[in-house]
Amino acid sequence: MLAVSGLSVRYGTVAAVSDVDFEVPDGSVLALLGPSGCGKSTLLRAVAGLEVGTGSVCWDGVDLSGVPVHRRGFGLVFQDGQLFPHRDVAGNVAFGLRMAGTPRAERDARVGELLELVGLGGHAARRVGELSGGERQRVALARALAPRPRVLLLDEPLSALDRALREQLAVDLARVLRVSGTTALVVTHDHDEAFTLADRVAVMRAGRVRQVGTPDEVWAHPVDDETARFLGCGRVLDAAELAVFGDPPRRGRVGLRPSALRVGPGPVHGEVTARVHRRDHVLLVVAAEGLGRVDAVAGIAAAPQVGARVSLVLDPGGVVPVGQPSRVSIRDRAIE
Amino acid sequence: MAQHRRGLRPAAALAFAAVPLGFLAVFFAWPVAAIVRLGFGSGAAGVLRVLGEGATWRLVGFTLAQAAASTAVAVLAGLPVAFLLARVPGSALVRVAVLVPFVLPTVVVGLAFKALLPDGGVVAIVLANAFFNVAVVARTVGGLWAHVDRRAEDAARALGASRWRAFTSVTLPALTPALGSAAAVVFLFCATSFGVVLLLGGARHRTLETEIYLRTVELLDLPGAAALSLVQFLAVVGVLVVGAVARRRRENALSLRGQAETVRRPRGGEWVAAGLGYAVVVLLVVPIVTLVVRSFAGGTAGYEALAGTGFRGSLQVTGLEAALNSVRVATDATLLALVLGVLASVALVTLGRSRVRPGVVEAVDTALMLPLGVSAVTVGFGYLVTLDALPGDLRTSAALVPLAQALVVTPLVVRTLLPVLRSVDERLRQAAATLGAGPWRVWREVDVPLAGRSLLASAAFGYVVALGEFGATSFLVRPDTATLPVVIGRLVARPGELNNQMAYAACTLLMGVTVVIALLVERLRVRGVGEF
Repeated sequence: MLAVSGLSVRYGTVAAVSDVDFEVPDGSVLALLGPSGCGKSTLLRAVAGLEVGTGSVCWDGVDLSGVPVHRRGFGLVFQDGQLFPHRDVAGNVAFGLRMAGTPRAERDARVGELLELVGLGGHAARRVGELSGGERQRVALARALAPRPRVLLLDEPLSALDRALREQLAVDLARVLRVSGTTALVVTHDHDEAFTLADRVAVMRAGRVRQVGTPDEVWAHPVDDETARFLGCGRVLDAAELAVFGDPPRRGRVGLRPSALRVGPGPVHGEVTARVHRRDHVLLVVAAEGLGRVDAVAGIAAAPQVGARVSLVLDPGGVVPVGQPSRVSIRDRAIE
Repeated sequence: MAQHRRGLRPAAALAFAAVPLGFLAVFFAWPVAAIVRLGFGSGAAGVLRVLGEGATWRLVGFTLAQAAASTAVAVLAGLPVAFLLARVPGSALVRVAVLVPFVLPTVVVGLAFKALLPDGGVVAIVLANAFFNVAVVARTVGGLWAHVDRRAEDAARALGASRWRAFTSVTLPALTPALGSAAAVVFLFCATSFGVVLLLGGARHRTLETEIYLRTVELLDLPGAAALSLVQFLAVVGVLVVGAVARRRRENALSLRGQAETVRRPRGGEWVAAGLGYAVVVLLVVPIVTLVVRSFAGGTAGYEALAGTGFRGSLQVTGLEAALNSVRVATDATLLALVLGVLASVALVTLGRSRVRPGVVEAVDTALMLPLGVSAVTVGFGYLVTLDALPGDLRTSAALVPLAQALVVTPLVVRTLLPVLRSVDERLRQAAATLGAGPWRVWREVDVPLAGRSLLASAAFGYVVALGEFGATSFLVRPDTATLPVVIGRLVARPGELNNQMAYAACTLLMGVTVVIALLVERLRVRGVGEF
């Protein structure tokens, strides 16, 4: 098990990572999720041994302080692959095995096995310069997995790819991690990616971990306003303000997902101030009477134009409770 | 977590740097310091007397003026060639054509221009100096230009700038760091140019460099020569500092495009620039052809004479013996320079990666570059003054010449190798480390394979320079172990048509060897990286 406790990294007077604790049990995947500049990549590099910090990084109870990066047995996948340009695909994948002194026959077998696993069987002799972006990341993944690292560290592994490829590779990556039973720590700013890949998610902001939980927990119950906004709630407000729709569905702070409000025959009226086309719906920004600026969705067919008057209905499924969940409520939900 | 670093520790790097710096101290700083002391030997009066003479300042004025004029010509001629190299497809031949003049021995160039412009004079000196250095401008600027994103120009054009306006307002500012750095280096080379000025200027047109030589060798005015060396040394340090600043800006500016994306056939007004570039290349070939033609002026008599010692025994060695001496000395010098240059480059790149203050790295870097600019004559002169104090019989030993040449070649090795090592992505090295490679293994697996070709190229390049080294060698070499360039210099100074023909033949041979090695360098070069 990887255990990080009280880890801080400073650059001069700037604290990039402050007093972070988390654990990654064997065979599970933890995503470090946060906006760019929140310190998540620095945290990952400190775990790898590439940054010097204070606090402890432990593997199975053994403190890794003073263990240099090449003896930690932690694999690392960079955002842009960082493949060795002077070696072919097989040479890249075999690199870690050579460092470990694995016999040739075993090495070749392992390389073939991994290239199959990442869907690049038959590409062994290709030059890395000839690969597409997605193929490069697959090779980088195979290279990091080949020496059977204790932990695999992935730094924004899919961010350099375009959207369609990213989504497909995220599914493949989740499969590879599951099949190989790898313990992994993945850094990403994309919550879809985090929820696809990870068993648990740690939301980071300004160098600190704000919330840790399963994707469901984090998604269903953001710990504070900022986290709710980062997870896609356009507005965070007091549930009482939703009284304009009738009986409020919850109490306390709530976040409105875009799908919480939709155009339809409802009690609240407003004017459309902007519209954005999304894949299967149109996202509107509406200046709503008694509610202020809110996001709302409409079907693509007959979506209202900017300036149009619309009515809004509330979908309680899109209203998320925000704040520290009390122990009682968690237990209640578990019983449900 | 405890403090630990990957890779070489800065302390180890400093230990690495200590070897070349120590060499520099004994074989460069000490001799130069001795010259300075000699200058002040009889009190400051001797120096002040020299500094007070109008002739000294005329000398300084002429040195700087001819260097400035040569630099201007080299920059103007080099820019269109840089354009060819950077933006026009199929420039491999152009690349070789501009490299050849740069690596030609100074005596060869001097002689070629003597054949071309028999009256010599200032024009010949300026043209010959510029001829050498077009390559520096074209390759330094072209190297950056090739990687400047063409889309910035496109954006300016889309905003309504004419092609010329886009060049002056977008491209030229982007090239400024490379231009500044190239101009500084060229100015330095021209200000300390020795062989060319000696051959073409004779006694009429003298620079500080040739005057130091003449005063030492012919007038035996050591304090005067020392005072002039001092003046020259100060000027060189000044120019180097300017160059270092420009270079720092350039290395910061390298976030650029791959070359393939920027090359295409010229359009419209670009043909004018391309045409000018080709014209310069043709002009560069003229002196070379002239030299070859002149060597055959008396049939093959000149070549046949190489087996002997010249007209009425002008030399103490035959031409062939001199050629063998050259090969031997250059080999020793290159091996020594490689050891020193590799140690220095590894130390500099390691220091650069660690959190050592950048000022320290720059200071070491500049110190290593000093021999490139300080007159070879001053150094050779310094050896004569100091090396008696060393154990053994170094002053009269044959080992002295390779030592002096290594001093000239080492900076070139560093300048070729260092940018390549610096361009290795730190994260690539980190990737190797996370895969289990220790600090030394990372060097072996990542840096060495990526920089290996450059190392070979720098070796070949250094070899050519050592082969043609004239300034320091002519000071230090004994007549019975003279190298080919020294023999050529001596032949030209002696009367007799046979001597002349023999000199031209020797030059042609030297040029042939040089061109072959230059082609080798070109093949080994890593595209777009390196400063020469």
